[in-house]
Amino acid sequence: MGHRGIGPKVGGLALVAADNFSARYDLDLHAGCFSRPSHALFGECYVGRVLVLNAAKGGVATAWMLHDMVARGLAPAALLLNFANPIMAQGAALAGLALVDRFDCDVTAAIQTGHQVTVDPERGQVTVIRPA
Amino acid sequence: MLKLNEHEKAMLAGAEGEPRRLAMEHILQVAGFFDAADLVEVSQAHIMADSEALGEAGVAFLERLAATPEDARRVRIPTVTDPRGADFKAYKRLHQDEAVVALERRMVTAFEALGVMLTNTCINYQTIMPSVLGEHLAFGDTGSVIYANSVQGARSNFEGGPSALAAALTGRTPRYGFHLDSHRRGTKLFRLADRPETLDDWGAAGAIIGKAMASYWEVPVIQGVEGAPTSDELKHFGAALASFGSTPLFHMIGVTPEAPGVAAVFDGPPPPAEAIGRADFAALHEAYRPSGDKLDVVVFAAPQLSLMELQSLAELLDGRRIHPDTVLLAATSPELKSASDRMGLTGKIEGAGGVLLEGVCFYQMHARELARANGWQRLMSNSAKLVNIIGGYGYEPVLASMAHCVDSAVAGRVLP
Repeated sequence: MGHRGIGPKVGGLALVAADNFSARYDLDLHAGCFSRPSHALFGECYVGRVLVLNAAKGGVATAWMLHDMVARGLAPAALLLNFANPIMAQGAALAGLALVDRFDCDVTAAIQTGHQVTVDPERGQVTVIRPA
Repeated sequence: MLKLNEHEKAMLAGAEGEPRRLAMEHILQVAGFFDAADLVEVSQAHIMADSEALGEAGVAFLERLAATPEDARRVRIPTVTDPRGADFKAYKRLHQDEAVVALERRMVTAFEALGVMLTNTCINYQTIMPSVLGEHLAFGDTGSVIYANSVQGARSNFEGGPSALAAALTGRTPRYGFHLDSHRRGTKLFRLADRPETLDDWGAAGAIIGKAMASYWEVPVIQGVEGAPTSDELKHFGAALASFGSTPLFHMIGVTPEAPGVAAVFDGPPPPAEAIGRADFAALHEAYRPSGDKLDVVVFAAPQLSLMELQSLAELLDGRRIHPDTVLLAATSPELKSASDRMGLTGKIEGAGGVLLEGVCFYQMHARELARANGWQRLMSNSAKLVNIIGGYGYEPVLASMAHCVDSAVAGRVLP
């Protein structure tokens, strides 16, 4: 269980790392993949995935970027973080993207890449419905 | 449960037009996410406004707001902008795409229709209106937030573009995080064992502390700084700390206004201090050691340069010639570009072959496309913030002092 989140109820395949997140610092928004060489998910495609990472890092750009990513069909299905920051919340609100954080466990350890999960932001609930 | 006053309820009900209704809905979502009890009035908003971040969808969103009646769309508090993505006077020199410039022009027109003042600067705390101890703000650049919160004692969360715009339209923001006394207490203690001597070392110190921050909610406290640093030193320190850490506030004992002593900023006994010194600054630089010495571009930006930094750069470049295989760029605010022109600093920088840009910042200029258009890969800068960001855009960044960067630009290669 996490804190009450933002955005619609969604499901998808998880993409998980114990690394941090900023759309500007870490992503190639046109290719839909992680482009920061030092990121644990470097080279991985995030489009349509339930992205599970540790904490929001970096600047303010993600607040606008999530909205444009959703509009272009190049967004993750949901974003689950141990700690979001205001930028992630503001970006998810404008984009209508599912976001949940502040779980009662380390979410990057509780979910593995390839798990099929459902995310219910209103209840802060994430359910693994099929293991990898 | 969020408490709204009658005016706020009226805005939410649409009594003051669709833009303010949308803004209130946005504010309520963020307030719910962070359990805010009510809203706080803010005196200024600062909006992140580069077309790469907004994209076509963001610009179209602004244009929909701009098409509403004038009394519905005008911002309610003084509202300024962060750097944009293209310098309309200089973009052709950098081979920037006309499509990028066209998107920027649409964005500018929309912001103007909303009554936003296009200051195009991230150093608004140095150049536009310094904030005041206890002043509540909605600032939209991590560097401007951390400076206003820490050095000036103001109160702002990171307000990304949509949120800063909502604050501008309504004059308020959710009261949570760094608007509250309870979130402004220290959580980790550091001691600067050696005083950084150059701006890149101040940035390195900020980067090291930023890396140690577990989340947005951590507040680092720094002791051991004897005598006041300059505004530019704290600017580079804070910008790097905010970039590496997503950190909106630091306290520097004996320097920043809420930190007269260690006991004043911690609840209970302070944690043990972690010492940071010269070897740590060097190790941070070492992480950006280049794999070769070919030098494509030298960038002074992130944050934009103050008048004093422009003077230092002009003096370093005066009478010299940048190597033809290397491009040297510097970015400042429109006001300081004008001052730099008037004082002959621009002449010295451009006389040596450099390009002084106004109203932009390098990483906000569609940097991936810039690299492709100009064949750039290896980038040298004295900004720890910039080298942190720019790797994801396909660059190989190198961190060095301003003097070392200039010497390398003249030599056309990264000097050892």
